[in-house]
Amino acid sequence: MKFIDEFRNSTVGQRLAVRIKERNTRPVNLMEVCGTHTVAIFKHGIRQLLPKKVNMLSGPGCPVCVTPNSDIDKAIALAQNPSVILVTFGDMMKVPGSYSSLHQVKAAGADIRVVYSVLDALRIAKDNPRKSVVFFGVGFETTAPTTASAILEAERLGIDNFFFLCVHKLIPPAMRALLNSDEVHIDGFICPGHVSTIIGSQPYEFIPREYGMPCVIAGFEPLDILQAIDMLLEQLSAEEPRVVIQYRRAVRKDGNPIALKYLSTVFEVTDACWRGIGTIPKSGLKLGQQYQRFDAECAFKIVSRPPKEAAGCRCGDILRGASTPNECSLFAKACAPEHPVGPCMVSTEGTCSAWYLYGSKE
Amino acid sequence: MPKARIILGHGSGGKLSHDLIESLFLPPFTNPILEACDDSAVFPVTDSSKPFQHQGEPEERIAFTTDSYVVKPLFWPGGDIGKLAVCGTVNDLAMVGAIPLYLSAAFVIEEGLPISSLRRIVTSMKRAAKEARVKIVAGDTKVVERGSADGLFINTTGVGILPRGARISGSNAQVGDMIILSGTIGDHGIAVLSEREGLVFSNNFKSDVAPLNHMVQAMLKTSHKIHAMRDPTRGGLATTLKEIAQQSKVGIQIIEEQIPIREEVAAACEILGYDPLYVANEGKVVACVAPEDAERVVQVMRKTRYGGEAAIIGEVLPEPKARVVMKTKVGGTRIVDMLTGDMLPRIC
Repeated sequence: MKFIDEFRNSTVGQRLAVRIKERNTRPVNLMEVCGTHTVAIFKHGIRQLLPKKVNMLSGPGCPVCVTPNSDIDKAIALAQNPSVILVTFGDMMKVPGSYSSLHQVKAAGADIRVVYSVLDALRIAKDNPRKSVVFFGVGFETTAPTTASAILEAERLGIDNFFFLCVHKLIPPAMRALLNSDEVHIDGFICPGHVSTIIGSQPYEFIPREYGMPCVIAGFEPLDILQAIDMLLEQLSAEEPRVVIQYRRAVRKDGNPIALKYLSTVFEVTDACWRGIGTIPKSGLKLGQQYQRFDAECAFKIVSRPPKEAAGCRCGDILRGASTPNECSLFAKACAPEHPVGPCMVSTEGTCSAWYLYGSKE
Repeated sequence: MPKARIILGHGSGGKLSHDLIESLFLPPFTNPILEACDDSAVFPVTDSSKPFQHQGEPEERIAFTTDSYVVKPLFWPGGDIGKLAVCGTVNDLAMVGAIPLYLSAAFVIEEGLPISSLRRIVTSMKRAAKEARVKIVAGDTKVVERGSADGLFINTTGVGILPRGARISGSNAQVGDMIILSGTIGDHGIAVLSEREGLVFSNNFKSDVAPLNHMVQAMLKTSHKIHAMRDPTRGGLATTLKEIAQQSKVGIQIIEEQIPIREEVAAACEILGYDPLYVANEGKVVACVAPEDAERVVQVMRKTRYGGEAAIIGEVLPEPKARVVMKTKVGGTRIVDMLTGDMLPRIC
């Protein structure tokens, strides 16, 4: 595949691995914020190419994982309303809420449809005018613009049975929250590639400026990741922290202005609750005043029992990089992909799932 | 906890399917023939109450298997439910080294199915049976009211005969064996998905559904050291290799770079976020063959209709037992596990 195979070239990969090994660096903790990076690191066996002194931590960049039980419970409650078709992405189906999962209520008869894009949800709304179609939209800055465009489209077409349970979240405030807690020592960030195609490199500038820490925005192929690690080590040894774009074929400094326009048109920034981290100021998106009629939380009276966490589940610690999956007593025992206890084992981007599927079950 | 129910993942051919079989189906039905857990059951045809054989001569054995086909949609590029129903069962017989002979076909039809569709499917079955040189000798038809089935489900059962002395089983892979794969992976899953979801980024997808018995016979004529064979259908290559590693209690190492895959399938998997190792095939065989015979077997396979891209993709190692490890293109290694969950429901 053109533009893919070049970034998996084994000769260049080996050369980068040697360069990383030869860098005279102290032991460092580098955090890959994004779940897609976590999976790529495991899938391509990159950990085995790194020297012991370079420790990779996984961060809170899996949208399914950071969605708290309270929000999942709301979606489950909505799905059980017989007048509702709940539409969501595949990964959300199996995530256990406090008392059940979408998967389970679907097997019991709820009408839940899995789609690839929010635009499919819009089509379902058009095809089922007598039902209320609720899109359970999770995701970061990457997916939020398509949600915004769907809402604008629904308004343009006058579709009045389309609603949106909005749990979109923003990445840079979560990075700040991690830095503000002393719990985890981080030496540098591999910043998410997809999110950055939308927001650009500007929103990370506070990290080197206020925290003196290097950031590299990386692509998702193995050579991208190896190069990003090398660039972080280079910055660390030069003690010149900045935000560098490694993923130059997709990311611009100012991001994608059209997508950003969509976001600011439809959404307002709000405080949001993250699994494992709690409420982070200005880290979420809600529908702006003008688009409130699409808000499922306004349109429906959602009754759900008080949320509770699964006993023993350490997804919260894992999302902060404070624990690794093998430190959780449930990992690969009570909690496995076919019977997940926490979301990090469910999502294809989850840290526990990546550890389980690609390598480190011990 | 809510009452446990069957979910789509139980039909994926991956871990949940295995768990269901082991916990719910095997215990009540248990017997040594079933417990072999190969693609077909293998047993002697002699009446055990009247043993009448010459001393030392291996007894005549038959292979017996059944499979139901619930694929959605009924037609897709490169195949249809009828062709699949014949090939799938023929291949299950071939995978234990049997020569497939007779099939039954049972149809569960939803009220409203156009008769022209049914005719097309039956014609396709006839063509596939002719190619595989099997006869459809028994059948059944049921019609259910609209909404009780999705168009058409087909069950086929097959019997075949085993050459004397053949001993091929998923539990018989030997340390040192080479792993041979007969061609590109993921073609069936992506072709069905492209038809179902209307993927428009390529019109080159074509399912690989095909009867493999002639290729398998050619392989068996070339080497007596083919120890294990399996067709990597639901759950893909990864799940099949893991099954062999578990059943034979060996380690398997594969080399990512050696695994054949069509560029458009690789691209579709990239876009959709699928790992091609887990995408279904319906016309491929994986074989564990002694190293001295492996190259010869590959050459013979390459001369057959469905083995043109056959390749050695790895080897059987003593350790780590019951594990599959892959050397990645970039030089790292990773574990390859069974499919979990329901990546693509109703693919076969």
